[in-house]
Amino acid sequence: METIKEKQHHNFLTENTDFEVRSLDSICVNESELKHPWWFNLKYLFAGLLFGIILVKSEVISWFRIQEMFRLQSFHMFGVIGSAIVVGIISIWLIKKYKIKTIYGEPIEFVNKKFNKGNIYGGLLFGFGWAITGACPGPLFAQIGNGATVVIVTLLSAIAGTWVYGRLREKLPH
Amino acid sequence: MIDWLKQPWPWYVAGPLIGLMVPALLLLGNKAFGISSSLRHICASCIPSKIAFFQYDWKKEVWNLFFVAGVLLGGIIVFIFLQNPNPVAVNPKLAVEMQQYGITDYTGLVPAELFNWNTLFSLKGIIMMIGGGFLVGFGTRYAGGCTSGHAIMGLSNLQWPSLVATISFMAGGFLVANFVLPFILKL
Repeated sequence: METIKEKQHHNFLTENTDFEVRSLDSICVNESELKHPWWFNLKYLFAGLLFGIILVKSEVISWFRIQEMFRLQSFHMFGVIGSAIVVGIISIWLIKKYKIKTIYGEPIEFVNKKFNKGNIYGGLLFGFGWAITGACPGPLFAQIGNGATVVIVTLLSAIAGTWVYGRLREKLPH
Repeated sequence: MIDWLKQPWPWYVAGPLIGLMVPALLLLGNKAFGISSSLRHICASCIPSKIAFFQYDWKKEVWNLFFVAGVLLGGIIVFIFLQNPNPVAVNPKLAVEMQQYGITDYTGLVPAELFNWNTLFSLKGIIMMIGGGFLVGFGTRYAGGCTSGHAIMGLSNLQWPSLVATISFMAGGFLVANFVLPFILKL
């Protein structure tokens, strides 16, 4: 049985056009009707902090480990990503099965990703960059924190890359 | 305890902990795990330039910026308290290959011989840091996500476009690491 609150939330999601804009490319699709003061976001800072520690301690942020992965010389990275996915699959399955809600009692929503050719072209380009820099976006932040200050330049360049994508978006095949 | 934490963590510890980020963010506030979106929010907040792709209420996604700020802080915390005193242990085959390019320093997770403020102004540095970074930012947004958003969050939710994207990342990385990077490293 769908509760009234859930129904309202669903209507909110489908009628909110700003949400529509932000859901392009299946990102930024999270929505909450709750209005919280800014410091409620500190819990995400804390989650990010734990994530950063794990990334560094598992050496996922190491250029060397990425080179090993792409040369199939070590199981480490495949083990990290693979076991993360297994835990993620089980978690989402449990959340869906038991209709688990957020800590504020809101229903947890999942939005399906739509395929477009960008998944392939963009994916390949990101793969090229991943092999060269030895970092995906998360590790870029962690590398800077871990003392590789020059990676700030790599991060700024990644922001520039995102901006150029936004600029050229209409002209690119999707 | 601290000494034990300073060791590199094995994949079967780190992987499941990373996987737990997925339900943690969902339970904390219905947030989908993903990092590369933060780059878009930074563009939207600092340099939107009237580009339609950056016209949205980025303040509603500010949690994502808190999250990446946390990742940066996590790096600092390890640097101060939990840094592994030993060099990175890599497959000997990789070490042999890297020696050809003059890379012998394994004390840092990021090779100091490749990524430093002096090499930034060499051809190799420009290609690797500026070129590589650009590809990461452009590619992830074009693909609609990165390793976290597609490979972990997307696959955890059994999204087949995420599988396509993940295979593409891996294929692109495999090609460049094996067939292009050796030429760049020889520069």
